[in-house]
Amino acid sequence: MKITRFFKTILMLDFLSGLLIAIKELFKEKKTINYPFEKGKISPRFRGEHALRRYPNGEERCIACKLCEAVCPAQAITIESTERSDGSRKTTRYDIDMMKCIYCGLCEESCPVDAIVQGPNFEFSTETREELYYNKEKLLDNGDRWESILSANIRADKAYR
Amino acid sequence: MIEYLNIIFLETYKILFLLVPVLTAVAMIVWLDRRVWAFVQKRRGPNVVGPFGLLQSLADALKYLFKEIIIPASSNKIIFILAPVVTMTLALIAWAVIPFNENFVIADINVGILYIFAVSSLGVYGIIMGGWASNSKYPFLGAIRSAAQMVSYEVSIGVIIINVLLCVGSLNLTDIVLAQENLWFIIPLFPMFVIFFISALAETNRPPFDLPEAEAELVAGYQTEYSGMMYAMFWLGEYANILLMCALGSILFLGGWLPPIDTFPFNFVPDSLWLIFKMLFLFILFALVKAIVPRYRYDQLMKLGWKIFLPMSLVWVVITASYLFYFELLPGN
Repeated sequence: MKITRFFKTILMLDFLSGLLIAIKELFKEKKTINYPFEKGKISPRFRGEHALRRYPNGEERCIACKLCEAVCPAQAITIESTERSDGSRKTTRYDIDMMKCIYCGLCEESCPVDAIVQGPNFEFSTETREELYYNKEKLLDNGDRWESILSANIRADKAYR
Repeated sequence: MIEYLNIIFLETYKILFLLVPVLTAVAMIVWLDRRVWAFVQKRRGPNVVGPFGLLQSLADALKYLFKEIIIPASSNKIIFILAPVVTMTLALIAWAVIPFNENFVIADINVGILYIFAVSSLGVYGIIMGGWASNSKYPFLGAIRSAAQMVSYEVSIGVIIINVLLCVGSLNLTDIVLAQENLWFIIPLFPMFVIFFISALAETNRPPFDLPEAEAELVAGYQTEYSGMMYAMFWLGEYANILLMCALGSILFLGGWLPPIDTFPFNFVPDSLWLIFKMLFLFILFALVKAIVPRYRYDQLMKLGWKIFLPMSLVWVVITASYLFYFELLPGN
């Protein structure tokens, strides 16, 4: 036992077998993706950047029930509402502080009309803090931009809700 | 006067002709190092800047250039600024005696190997100065470790070089290469090549002997307090040293610029290119070793240096000397 160990050390057999494995691995397929050019697949439930959705006729879905504001554990959401001329209750202000947000998805879950959702976008880093204080305009804009994916995601996840 | 200027101009031209490729090569091997490391771990490594990410080091250098240089308030400022300069200068001036082919060497001095040895020993000073002048505990501990490690392994590298010198009979690097025309020294002195390679890893603070900058224990060792261009100079000096060790390894053991077989397809390649191929081969080995080995413990490192490598290389000196003496092969006979 000791003799074999001695020869193994002298001839560096352990090291050489390790080197051989390393050289073999060198030519194998890469396990990582080429990130900025190709992106990994994400689930329909992915909780990314927030968006406020509209009905197909262009009316905002949000009815200012403030359930999301109440449920938000980080208290990142601020809503102010008023009664519109047609008698419906709508928000005048819908702010999310994206730096307070912990991306738990409770706002999306609490929403009775699927208005506030968390979309598939996770690349919304900014250079200044101010840009991450999202207001209603920004959120609605997000909703318009991602609508096709958002509605597809909601449909895909419907069975499990 | 004109003659004097002419000589200065010619020498400057020669130095630039060497230094610019060396610095470019340093940038390239940093990329190669990261790339090989990534490939072994099945990652992609830097591949965005330029073709295959080749310009990554350029981008990094540019970033370092624009970063603020922070000098700690409690540091010894003059020595703190001097340390990276010393490291990089010493790593670069050693290239003066490296022969790229029979005619191209800046300083063809007859004690070339001694010069390289002296300069690489001085390299410890840059690290010690950096570690001490930072006036902070991690750099200081890192510098102490690094100094002890480099001094220990220099001893065995010295003894290994004696082996080669016994076979050559000259301290001139060009003569050392020319002596290998029939047989590269890697064949008769193979164990010495292995020990040289491992000692070179320790000498240049590469894994598995990267204790001076063991990030788990010492943050970044002697570089902890450095930032911006001063950090980049340490980094350049380190890689220039690695490249120098690769060059030294190929000159001492792999026949320098000589082609493996002196026949048509091989001797058609320009001879400087052979040296570059051999350096590249050694460097890829450096990079592979970095990817596969865990770090040594400090006492294991010292044990390996003093109790195994030093006696082994000393015994090999005796063997080489007695062999050469017995068969009357000693050069200069």
